[in-house]
Amino acid sequence: MRSRKNSVVVSCVLFMRMTLVFLVLTVMCASVFAEESIAGNEKNQTLAPQPELSAVLTSLSQANLSQMPNLISAMEKLGLESTDPDMHRIIMAIFQAQLAGNLYYRKNEKQLVVLRKLDSSYEVLDPLSQKVLAFETKGQLQKIRVNNRLRKNLNASLARMTLLSPDVGLRLQAVDQLMTHSTDENLSLLKRARSNETDSTVREKMNIALALAALDSTDLESKQQAIVTLAGSLEPLVKAKLEAKLAKDDQGHFVEPNKKLRAAMQQALTDIEFKRRVYAFIETLFFGLSLGSVLLLAAIGLSITFGVMGVINMAHGEMIMLGAYTTYVLQTLMPDAIGWALVLSIPAAFVVSALVGIGIERGIIRFLKGRPLETLLATFGLSLILQQAVRTVFSPLNRQVVSPQWMSGALHVNPVLSITYGRLYVIVFSFLIFVLLLFIMKRTVLGLYVMAVSQNRDMAKAMGIRTEWVDAMTFGLGSGIAGMAGVALSQLTNVGPNLGQAYIIDSFMVVVFGGVGNLWGTLVGGLGLGVVNKFLEPMVGAVLAKILVLVAIILFIQKRPRGLFPQKGRVVE
Amino acid sequence: MNTNACVNRRVQRRASLLPLAWQDRGSQRFLLLLFGITAFCTLSNGLLPEESFLYVDTYTITLLGKYLSYALLAMAVDVIWGYCGILSLGHGAFFALGAYAMGMYLMRQIGDRGVYGDKVLPDFMVFLNWQELPWFWYGFSSFPFAMLMVVLVPGLLAYGFAWMAFRSRVTGVYLSIMTQALTYALLLAFFRNEMGFGGNNGLTDFKDILGFDLQSQGVRLVLFVLSALVLALAYLLSRYILESKFGRVIVAVRDAESRARFVGYKTEDYKVWLFVYSAVLAGIAGALYVPQVGIINPGEFSPLNSIEIVVWVAVGGRGLLYGAVLGALIVNFAKTRFTALMPDAWLFILGFLFVAVTIALPKGVMGIFAAKAEKKSQKQASQ
Repeated sequence: MRSRKNSVVVSCVLFMRMTLVFLVLTVMCASVFAEESIAGNEKNQTLAPQPELSAVLTSLSQANLSQMPNLISAMEKLGLESTDPDMHRIIMAIFQAQLAGNLYYRKNEKQLVVLRKLDSSYEVLDPLSQKVLAFETKGQLQKIRVNNRLRKNLNASLARMTLLSPDVGLRLQAVDQLMTHSTDENLSLLKRARSNETDSTVREKMNIALALAALDSTDLESKQQAIVTLAGSLEPLVKAKLEAKLAKDDQGHFVEPNKKLRAAMQQALTDIEFKRRVYAFIETLFFGLSLGSVLLLAAIGLSITFGVMGVINMAHGEMIMLGAYTTYVLQTLMPDAIGWALVLSIPAAFVVSALVGIGIERGIIRFLKGRPLETLLATFGLSLILQQAVRTVFSPLNRQVVSPQWMSGALHVNPVLSITYGRLYVIVFSFLIFVLLLFIMKRTVLGLYVMAVSQNRDMAKAMGIRTEWVDAMTFGLGSGIAGMAGVALSQLTNVGPNLGQAYIIDSFMVVVFGGVGNLWGTLVGGLGLGVVNKFLEPMVGAVLAKILVLVAIILFIQKRPRGLFPQKGRVVE
Repeated sequence: MNTNACVNRRVQRRASLLPLAWQDRGSQRFLLLLFGITAFCTLSNGLLPEESFLYVDTYTITLLGKYLSYALLAMAVDVIWGYCGILSLGHGAFFALGAYAMGMYLMRQIGDRGVYGDKVLPDFMVFLNWQELPWFWYGFSSFPFAMLMVVLVPGLLAYGFAWMAFRSRVTGVYLSIMTQALTYALLLAFFRNEMGFGGNNGLTDFKDILGFDLQSQGVRLVLFVLSALVLALAYLLSRYILESKFGRVIVAVRDAESRARFVGYKTEDYKVWLFVYSAVLAGIAGALYVPQVGIINPGEFSPLNSIEIVVWVAVGGRGLLYGAVLGALIVNFAKTRFTALMPDAWLFILGFLFVAVTIALPKGVMGIFAAKAEKKSQKQASQ
């Protein structure tokens, strides 16, 4: 009796601890989210009054076409010399408006305005404050005229201003643009900009742009130097240019007559191609890990219920689906805070799926103890019921779950390798869950009880462990983890009634492949299968890759029926 | 005394095939009922006027024919699940392979009457810009060859799969999941257009079989009678196999495989051949199914279908053969009814059936009869 009471106390403490871990996780995610939202609020500050600029702008409205170039260069100078980044931005916006023919002035007040087309009407903005001004008809306005010569001036000014803009991203873009249109004028501009450049990435890009142009020069030395600079660059343009230089023209002569240079270029190209292959490999590996982490997430709950408890839960996929739908519901409840909804849905999905799981264990599985094939059928029936229930409550159609800002976007490592944040977070998330589960199984009392019950139920009972309760808790834990997997999956795929069904076979494959009852086996199995799948895909196509992996697992199981990491000892029988 | 009677009965049974079935009441009732219903439906459809109260229309005949092919499939599952304890969640694959073999024959029968009018290529190949018939379509214009393939393809696949699985002693739930993976892999494969089996549309638009119009009343009637006949023959053959010494070893494997092995039987050989026999039955069921339904597509490979078959057997009661037939008929009749009346409710009902049968009725519907019969005999014994 005492030990029973004791176990209740211990398990309460345990549950609290688990809740604590969740809270910590939640807060961690939340802090990331909060930082991002602050960063987003910085824009649209008001501008200090700019007397010089307003003077130039007024004269712009009265100038004729021949006076225009002077005014434009005056404005450019203002923008470049100003220390205020907003000034820079505003002048560029005015240039862009003028280029697009959207710059007007009011006939009576001579005030410069920017016209913006809305769906069916127009609105006018003050170019300085960006505020919407009162406005009746287009007839009140007079367009600032542009001709081709002016357009050229404007474009050049814009390019110069972007190249010298305080924003690093803009500068990078400008260099990219100049790389494709390498005129003499642009090159001298680039050279000047390079001497002022402080950022190393932009500088490097400028070097490459200049080196690309130098390849076309006649000077041997500068060519050689250019090749040295270009070797190992991953810019797509560099590869194309080198290939073009190494090719033969129509008469069969080499484009580049110098043999030594050709050899150097060939070497550079080989370097580039090797580097590209390395990065392509890394990218495939990343995709493989991403798929593998999804498999791991789907399978890890199963490795508890199936692997450790030995219960075949065919409704496991539906636990995942319930987690995904919990995310959807929370998001519809909190449409203004998508990020918070996602963070909150992690514990919510755990609770929902865990409760349903405990219900299944208490209501069905416990009556079928020791009859695995019957358990399989009953839980399969249950999965049909759950699917149909979701179809009835929500809709048979897929539901869209929106990704918050910090989940979208990608980390651009270099021109050929970029890593999407969404997938990266899912990988991290799956590892966190894995560690959490490993902790629960190896370092907590519940884990100890689970091991004891799964190894020798009667003996565990004799030692005062409430085996029934442990069964329910373990099943709840496995199901809850599946629910959390659903939250992650909702960010990668569509949320629909068939979401879980798509993963159930894969999950079983991962668990059986890794070795039943072994969490590390599930980790290796999931990641391994994901990576193999992604490496096969470019060779044979997505569907055939999947088929091949399935067949390979079937064959593997024949060879090693107990998986990669078989359990040893008495537990086996 | 008792063993003596048993031996006597065995000796009698071995004498010939038909009297064997007459030995037990269940078989007698089953075969008579099957014969009665088939004869009634055939005569009513062929002879009675349409206004008659007892008239069975051709639609119902075809529907019944479809049910009978399902019943044969359920029997195939019962042979290995009920008698050998092997739960296959991939029998839909063997069924579909047999069906595809038949479908390929029917496809070749269309000849140049397809939408595109190509003399050799089926419509979907013309549509996909294929220039010539793939090699695996050769020979399917011949009916005997197609029938051979109906038996051979599922049989060979089953042999290969079972040989590997049973030799390495994969059993129980592992085997079930492997079979499920097998049918899932085939599902994915047959969905691909490049496979040359019509992609997700499958094979359809059949015109005739052996020169007779598939839509005509006579052909439908013949197909229905044929289904019933094949079912009866398969029943007799299965009974014969399972009552033979082979069958007794099979049951021993089900109840205590290690013991059977220690006694000296190569249990995996027994299991492999039973699995192959069951797969061939499933293939034949598929071949009977296609001409009556008029389409075969990769959906038949879906794991859900295979698992549904298991439920038919569970509902009817396993290990009796006619139980499986009864289960297939009951569930499919209910399915036809409910998908027409309340399409949304069907999956609820099917799911509930799974749960209810496994928990409350482990011996299926036949189990209820068996329990009643036992009570009766107990009463008689106590009196």
